[in-house]
Amino acid sequence: MTGLVALLSFTAVLALVLIVADLIAKGASSLDWNFFVRNPVPAGESGGGVANAIVGTVIIVGIAALIGLPVGIGAGLYLAEYGSGRLGFLVRFVADVLNGTPSIVVGIFAWTWMVKPVGRFSALAGSAALAILMIPMIARTTEEMVRLVPHSLREAALALGYPRWRTSLRVVTRTALGGIVTGCLVGVARIAGETAPLLFTALGNLNFSTHLGQPMQTLSLQIYVYGTGPFDEWHRLAWAAALVLMGLVLVLALAARWVTRQRYGSAR
Amino acid sequence: MAAPDNVRLRLETVRLTALFNRFAAVQEVSVLFPAHTVSAIIGPSGCGKSTFLRCLNRMHELSQGGWVTGKVLLDEVDIYASDVNPVQLRRRIGMVFQRPTPFPTMSIYDNVAAGLRVNGPRPRREMDEAVEQALRQAALWDEVKDRLRASALALSGGQQQRLCIARAVAPQPEILLLDEPTASLDPAGTQRIEELCHELKRLYTIVIVTHNLQQAARVSDYTAFFYMGRLVEVGRTSDLFTKPRVEQTEAYITGRFG
Repeated sequence: MTGLVALLSFTAVLALVLIVADLIAKGASSLDWNFFVRNPVPAGESGGGVANAIVGTVIIVGIAALIGLPVGIGAGLYLAEYGSGRLGFLVRFVADVLNGTPSIVVGIFAWTWMVKPVGRFSALAGSAALAILMIPMIARTTEEMVRLVPHSLREAALALGYPRWRTSLRVVTRTALGGIVTGCLVGVARIAGETAPLLFTALGNLNFSTHLGQPMQTLSLQIYVYGTGPFDEWHRLAWAAALVLMGLVLVLALAARWVTRQRYGSAR
Repeated sequence: MAAPDNVRLRLETVRLTALFNRFAAVQEVSVLFPAHTVSAIIGPSGCGKSTFLRCLNRMHELSQGGWVTGKVLLDEVDIYASDVNPVQLRRRIGMVFQRPTPFPTMSIYDNVAAGLRVNGPRPRREMDEAVEQALRQAALWDEVKDRLRASALALSGGQQQRLCIARAVAPQPEILLLDEPTASLDPAGTQRIEELCHELKRLYTIVIVTHNLQQAARVSDYTAFFYMGRLVEVGRTSDLFTKPRVEQTEAYITGRFG
């Protein structure tokens, strides 16, 4: 039994190791200074980088987080503190359904409401789509983390004469903060790699653009376009971009681990 | 450590009934807790003694389905009157629970200061003094004075419980409610808490719920015996343990039931 479990966990880890090894083998050689600071060059020319995609990823994911985190955390706190009634049940159900919705469907939804009426693709629509994907994830993790806080702590605060809202914020949420922040970082990492919803919204852009109302490039879109393109040079850049994206996600995951270790005795 | 001006204060219940929905866990209890005494509440598990205690600072109504009838008079004012704010009231009545409940994200200092900060910001020096005084009252100062910024979780179980006592007395409450405060402690920790009861009654009126009859005999001036949600007998601890008036009390304290 122990052997079987060990084998299975080894398989799980092996997948990650193989992916990372493959990315490094095929992508690392293309990583140089130019890759990070230069924009793509016309097809056929060699050189060029993905500066536009890196900046685009940061902007689109950043705005998505700006919208998604407060709403998601707020909804999670509501569910944990007041979500025992019918409305809580409804919100929880909707969040679970939304959590299971394929991301491409969310992309089409954002296209219908934010791209079609305006008549052009935009970074903002991309952020909105990613935010929608993020909210249920963050809400449910936040709720779980707040629920982990023992009831006795809440009672202790109330017995000291803390009003209920202050008990929620100062004691309960603060105790769960490590877990909530981890959930947020994992959520951000999740959406940073999303491609499908962005195809319908941010579209991609071979030039450098920071205009929110215009198409914008992201790393995932860059990988999609370059990876399916006909040129060896593009394939090379796609591997490198994949490596960078993977690195970004890894950094976020490590940050999540680091945050949970900070501050004595956060929830886990 | 000057005694606060609460010499006349006393706590009294009048036909207090505590319910969970339609079930009465405590029925028609009328009892008086004189100022500056330690009163013990004893009785078998499920007799309603903890529920009764939680009525005294209006914590019971926070439980699912919890409500009360009757009165609880704190210095002759009914704390269940409609113009009494339960949140404000709880700042006048400290409570310590069965298991130590230090706030895990806060340092030792911040734990003690927590109950003071709820009343608004105070000058740093005043706060330092109040924290030191509370920790001294809880007989914890000497053990933690060099590591006030350390996590409260770094303390032992007994120290954590004394920290909770310090936290409860820091806002200088009038009443101190202890709900089986030594249930999760070892004998040494238990002894410290019992000694504290003796010292703290100079400053506060203490009501302690306990499973342990010897503890009730050691720490309290008055003892109330609860059975099946009712107050069976109350009196001076020395009288109640030596010559109980009610048959049931005698049976319980001699270990024949419960």
